[in-house]
Amino acid sequence: MNFREYLKNNIVVLDGGMGTLLQKKGLLPGEHPEAWNLSHPEEITEIHKAYYDAGSNVVNINTFGANPLKFSDSELQEIIKAAIQNADKARKLSNAPQEKFIALDIGPSGRLLKPFGDLDFEDAIEAFAKVVRIGVKYGVDLVTIETMNDCYETKAAVLAVKENCDLPFIVTNAYGLDGKLMTGAEPSAMVAMLEGLGADAIGANCSLGPAQLIAVAEDILSVSSTPVAIKPNAGLPKVENGKTVFDVTSDEFADIVAKMCEKGVRIVGGCCGTTPEYISKLCAKIKDIKPSEITDKNISCVSSYTHAVEFSDSPVLIGERINPTGKKRFKQALAEHDIDYILREGLNQQEKGVHILDVNVGLPEIDEPAMLKEAVCELQAIINLPLQIDTADFTAMENAMRAYNGKPMVNSVNGKQESMDAIFPLVKKYGGLVVALTLDENGIPDNVEGRIAIAKKIIAAAEKYGIPKKNLIFDTLAMTISADRNAAKVTLESLRKIRNELGCHTSLGVSNVSFGLPARDGVNSTFFTMALTNGLSAAIMNPYSAEMMKSYYSYKALSGLDENCSDYIEFSATIETTTVAKEQATSVKAPTADNESIASELQKAIIKGRKESALTLTRELIKTVKPLDIVENEIIPALDVVGKGFEAKTVYLPQLLMSAESAQASFEVIKENMQNSGEKQESKFNIVIATVKGDIHDIGKNIVKLLLQNYGFNVTDLGKDVPAEVISDKVCELDCPLCCLSALMTTTVPAMEETIKLLRKTAPGCKVMVGGAVLNKEYADMIGADLYAKDAMEAVRQALEL
Amino acid sequence: MNYTVLTESFSPPEIDKREIFRYMGVISSDNDTEKLTDLCLDEIKGSLKYNVCYCVTELEITNNTADFGCTSITSDSLSKALVNCERAVIFSATIGIEADRLIAKYGKLSPSKALCFQAIGAERIEALCDEFCNKIKSEYGSITPRFSPGYGDLPLSFQRDIFGILGCEKRIGLTLNESLIMSPTKSVTAIIGIK
Repeated sequence: MNFREYLKNNIVVLDGGMGTLLQKKGLLPGEHPEAWNLSHPEEITEIHKAYYDAGSNVVNINTFGANPLKFSDSELQEIIKAAIQNADKARKLSNAPQEKFIALDIGPSGRLLKPFGDLDFEDAIEAFAKVVRIGVKYGVDLVTIETMNDCYETKAAVLAVKENCDLPFIVTNAYGLDGKLMTGAEPSAMVAMLEGLGADAIGANCSLGPAQLIAVAEDILSVSSTPVAIKPNAGLPKVENGKTVFDVTSDEFADIVAKMCEKGVRIVGGCCGTTPEYISKLCAKIKDIKPSEITDKNISCVSSYTHAVEFSDSPVLIGERINPTGKKRFKQALAEHDIDYILREGLNQQEKGVHILDVNVGLPEIDEPAMLKEAVCELQAIINLPLQIDTADFTAMENAMRAYNGKPMVNSVNGKQESMDAIFPLVKKYGGLVVALTLDENGIPDNVEGRIAIAKKIIAAAEKYGIPKKNLIFDTLAMTISADRNAAKVTLESLRKIRNELGCHTSLGVSNVSFGLPARDGVNSTFFTMALTNGLSAAIMNPYSAEMMKSYYSYKALSGLDENCSDYIEFSATIETTTVAKEQATSVKAPTADNESIASELQKAIIKGRKESALTLTRELIKTVKPLDIVENEIIPALDVVGKGFEAKTVYLPQLLMSAESAQASFEVIKENMQNSGEKQESKFNIVIATVKGDIHDIGKNIVKLLLQNYGFNVTDLGKDVPAEVISDKVCELDCPLCCLSALMTTTVPAMEETIKLLRKTAPGCKVMVGGAVLNKEYADMIGADLYAKDAMEAVRQALEL
Repeated sequence: MNYTVLTESFSPPEIDKREIFRYMGVISSDNDTEKLTDLCLDEIKGSLKYNVCYCVTELEITNNTADFGCTSITSDSLSKALVNCERAVIFSATIGIEADRLIAKYGKLSPSKALCFQAIGAERIEALCDEFCNKIKSEYGSITPRFSPGYGDLPLSFQRDIFGILGCEKRIGLTLNESLIMSPTKSVTAIIGIK
């Protein structure tokens, strides 16, 4: 019988701890346990046999830390081969009667993935893939991915398995006392992602004892439509009379884990500190427990690397602002590769309370597959909302779905065969909840029946790919009522039928309905309310529209979805403050007649670091004063005052930065204005700035960048951990007279020196300025830099002198 | 000698705002810096973890080599720091990834806040180390100040040995990258001598 068949009707028993047993047999601290497969095969076989004898159905071979980051390819090959042989020998030696399987064991790589660590996602996949390929070559029955404490690394390991074999795989994560993974994922987020990826079983192991894992197990059971696996530790280790003991006994362990089986857990075993005795007692306890049936929880959801967002009665808001359509400033940002602009648009929408961000970066002149992936990764570095990947380019879609950390929302598929053939295989491979548009080769039907027929066709096609309808969300297409007075009615009626008769969730791009009309906000928000009462589950909308947000909060309060109306009341307070802010803005407006007083007001706002006032004042000022005059006569003089204060030590770094941010807010208004009027901004010259290869510190670099931008330099930021070649290429491409490099660690200064050497060859005309905690003037001279800046103001001064 | 690695979670140590200001380069704080700091402290509240894993080892110093039984290292400054000690504690501590996330987020949005979160992170991890050292002190008596790889002539590459012994990745989610930088960045590895 194979593992999948066995799992259908049985509770599966895994093995227990390996490391603690090896230590008892003499494994030294810091020694690789995996090397024992070759040096101590008898000991390893003995442990495996003891677990089979105790009743384990599955033993994990001793390959937890066997990966190419720790071993050479040939060592890895030998270790895994021997590990499988050791387990196979044990299986043959054991006379125990139960079904016995051998699992390839994959533990964490030991490195954190980018952006907060230095391991690239694709490199992680390749590292795990090497292990999987060797395991498959020498023959295992299944794969266990365990103890992963990061969502993204878990996904890398799963893709490595899926791309290299068809073996069943169990995925268990290490949850902390707060019930989350080390990098923040809740159980529901892990279940969403792993079910999307098609795991055979999902669960938790290690880090906690059985009692502390009960809550996590219950969380997983409540949302999982897949068998659940739990492998607790024998509590926590303690040292008693020079001996290591774990504080949960085998009897307590067996009691608690057996209770988990009664609640529905289908795969059980032990982790650190557990021994064959624990497994044997567990087997005795569960032998009469009937395996619980696996039921479909029928949850439609997407997830980020921290949490899942479920589509049910409470409407889900999807922010539509990351999209260049009709936005000149956004198009400029894309053309200039201004990622920060996109990130700010994301953060602002998050502050407005959206649940998901739509991400569309499609412009004819840009490389969409590269740009979309980059936007997704950069957004996920700082925003924990799930993303809706929005593109018509199938390559861009695959790149972004692959790199996405979690279960993405996919926008979109439609009834055209070409679309379904391209999108459904991606959803099957990477997981995802797909927006399905009710249109096909013949266009958008103008009647309800036509749209329902397409919806049915899409459901049937998805099913063929093994994608259940809970992972489809239908968009019945809001068309403008200015062209067809019945357009909204057909959309709403289709929506209602799909929700009620087909039992699927629905989504709409609400704003389209008013295209071509004046004062669109009112029409949009009324349409939104109408759609909600017809069963709309989610809306792609503009969260900056107060009317839309009012509709949303009112609907929730009126539909019994807002306990004590508390969300509504909290929201209403923000409307009031907006009004107050407006009044304040008007009050500053009063002295517009007198240009001089306003000018000094803006300078004061910048010097004091009042971002909001600087913004409002610039908006006012730009109505009467030329944008470049504002820069020349207001912003730069104000920055100079603060800069001088900083150098004289009367102003400290936080104040300098708050001023710089206020100046940046003013610049943003000026940029937008010039973009709209077509005026060209003259920048001083191009500068490339980067933190060198190997270093992941970038606070100092960001500060220098901000100040250089303030003073009108055109700064290209390559980020942190940047290879010398990438810096050199960019400097050559932009023909920069200046390149700024940062390093914080003594260990990364050599990378800085290397970068300078390369620049001397490729761009002899480019001056190099260096800075960072470990550097000083002498050190900078030694590695061949032209300039050294001890702080951001000095960097600006030196750049201005060039 | 038993080299069991123990893991412990601490409750949040008391916050010392003056330390935070010091890390921000502020000598005498003003209203704006106070406000900024309060805002950041409010945002980070509840999202930090205070995890330590450690191992008590034997210690023998000959010439300038410190032998911990499970590893040894030649370092003049470490040997001097641990002089007269017969045992040592090798530990690693982290406040988790959330501080890094906030620093990255505000690096894009508001460098003044990024600076402040950086300072808060530095103050928090130091406070955690103090808390841990106090615990060791109460259990073992007099201890030496903590000594980390990179101090004096103790090479940064000794990080690899510490990670090998403690298994920080699995126990507290602390990782070491190729250039020997730790992620999460607000983390410490160090050795203390037990007198």
